[in-house]
Amino acid sequence: MNEKSKIRVLLAKPGLDAHDNGVKTVAFALRDAGMEVIYLGMRQTPENIVRSAFQEDVDIIGLSCHGAAIVPLGERVMKLLREKNADIPVIYGGTILNEDRDKLLSMGIKETFSPGASFSQIINSIVKLVAENQNKN
Amino acid sequence: MINKDDIENIKKSREAWQDNTLSKLPPCQAKFETVSDIPIKDIYTPEDIKDLDYLRDLGFPGEYPFTRGAYAPMNRGRQWVIRQVVGVGTAEETNKRHKFVMQQGQTGMSNDFDLPTLIGLDSDDPLAVGEVGRVGVSIDSLEDMEKLYNGIPLEKANHSFTINHPTVAILSMFIALVEKQGLSMEKIAGTTQNDPLKECFAMKVFVFPPKASVKMLVDTWEYAARFLPKWNISNLNGYPTRDSGGTVYHELGLTFASGIQYFDEAIKRGIDVDAIAPRISLMWYVHKDFLEEIAKFRAARRIWAKIMKERYHAINPQSWKLRMHAQTGGATYTFQQPENNIVRGTIGGMAAVLGGVQSLAIACYDEALSIPSEKAHKLSIRTQQVIAHESGVTSVVDPFAGSYYMEWLTNEVEERTWKIINDIEERGGLAVCTENGYIDRMLANQVYEYNKAVEKGEQIVVGVNAFADEEEKGKLPSEKDIFRVSSDNEEKQIASLKRLKRERNQLAVKNALDDLLRASEKNENVMPYCIAAAKAYCTEGEIIGALKKVYGEYEPSTI
Repeated sequence: MNEKSKIRVLLAKPGLDAHDNGVKTVAFALRDAGMEVIYLGMRQTPENIVRSAFQEDVDIIGLSCHGAAIVPLGERVMKLLREKNADIPVIYGGTILNEDRDKLLSMGIKETFSPGASFSQIINSIVKLVAENQNKN
Repeated sequence: MINKDDIENIKKSREAWQDNTLSKLPPCQAKFETVSDIPIKDIYTPEDIKDLDYLRDLGFPGEYPFTRGAYAPMNRGRQWVIRQVVGVGTAEETNKRHKFVMQQGQTGMSNDFDLPTLIGLDSDDPLAVGEVGRVGVSIDSLEDMEKLYNGIPLEKANHSFTINHPTVAILSMFIALVEKQGLSMEKIAGTTQNDPLKECFAMKVFVFPPKASVKMLVDTWEYAARFLPKWNISNLNGYPTRDSGGTVYHELGLTFASGIQYFDEAIKRGIDVDAIAPRISLMWYVHKDFLEEIAKFRAARRIWAKIMKERYHAINPQSWKLRMHAQTGGATYTFQQPENNIVRGTIGGMAAVLGGVQSLAIACYDEALSIPSEKAHKLSIRTQQVIAHESGVTSVVDPFAGSYYMEWLTNEVEERTWKIINDIEERGGLAVCTENGYIDRMLANQVYEYNKAVEKGEQIVVGVNAFADEEEKGKLPSEKDIFRVSSDNEEKQIASLKRLKRERNQLAVKNALDDLLRASEKNENVMPYCIAAAKAYCTEGEIIGALKKVYGEYEPSTI
């Protein structure tokens, strides 16, 4: 993989949940931290998220959901990525319960962020995950 | 107004006080601001309200410009209404609650819907998976409306529907139900939220593009002006604007700009302002700045009165009078140390009552996590009862009037609100400013600035960036801490929808949808056609789907 100067992040809100404050402010913070952010918007299907991640050749995918369907949507995204043999780390933000965090991590999601997570925690985690993934390849 | 010489004397004395007394004790922080970034001086005196004219700017409660209250006796006459939000799964479950509520002697029946219903999708839509019946009742067709109201005498209750873009479909199903029972809508009282623009720029539970959504809103207003004399056709809602990061003047400014957009279009359609205005009410957020919130409620009444009297020349005093509901703010609540939210709710509830609301919901302390548990729900009601019966604030009307700071801040909030209203007007109105992403950017920037201030510790959030418990850091709540509605009903709802689609009169369905499509293409009022479609058991998804073919779907700008 070529050394890229800027980390490319795909942000999306899967499902019908309408709480988009969190993902938008994270988008601003990542841009201010020098990353390239592609924000797909709300009501995204897992299929469209995975397709866009390939088209945009991103380094990492960030999902955001504050609704009832956090786990099934994460599961669907991970399944589609596996089917395509994709090696793109996925992180997930939202009102994520302890049990749900365990489920999400066990299905291969690299990190989760709940309300109160700081911008610097999210930025550091992205930098670290992308670097690990590039070294591995 | 205060005598000019007195003002001069006060000014001189205040300057001397600053130099001789205050300057010896430096402030503990560089600047002081309200939560809406309004700079605050150390002290307020008659200088700051020197132009205030008591009779012109404040007057008396129940009289223009209503600054001091919508009704003359306020809580001395009748206590505000405790109106907590409740969400229940299926039509049958909600029906049981409606019956219970009636047995208790209450007549208000509030219906909150699940996400698919709120965005015009049927329960069997692939996008609806996992969301059917989760945050409210699922309504696919008139059949569900019949289940919802089974055994309930419609004319004896007051019906509230928290529905926005699909109002034309959901209200039509209710009207179909009423008419099929041989009753007349003239005798039935109720409310629809029906405030579509804020769904596009703040709440984000939208279907149609902004301008199309306003067109359909005017259809409902026109229909209501003629046929629904007891129906409060719109309840303008500033809550999501504030919850999406707006300041107090964004909350007021964007909400009143919505109202202006709706009334401008309604008047173009020939609707009489006095036929609608008395039936519009407002809903507000309660943020954490206690004094600023009280100023907001006072300013809101004065601004609305001026809009109605001066802009629209309404002649009925009922049109000038703003009736308000408030709910303490979800975004001021924290996921961490959730019990702290009980205290936040109490302060917010006090602000709303002192600001003179007609009804109040105190958000439940577990709101930052999920829809409320029964225990949290009860605590919110008890908090309101403590304010009402123990705190003593209900014994006098508008007790903050005449405070130099409160009157200055009320003026300041009003002035900043007019700036937003005028800015939007100069840019072509709120529908245009929503469509081109101007409002989205305005609110997103605001919330980003706020979050940065929290992260830097400039905005203290107790239990989050200060006074956090060591053992709580990084801890996530677990399933046993929260209340979630099960998704067991999803399959049942889908099966019943599939059966309906098989068994109904297909020709009647097709004809009704064709008629609706043609009427939309000719830009007619769609209400009569939606009612006919509802009576033929067309589903919500089919009715909204036909309208989408003509009016399109909203795609918000992605910042």
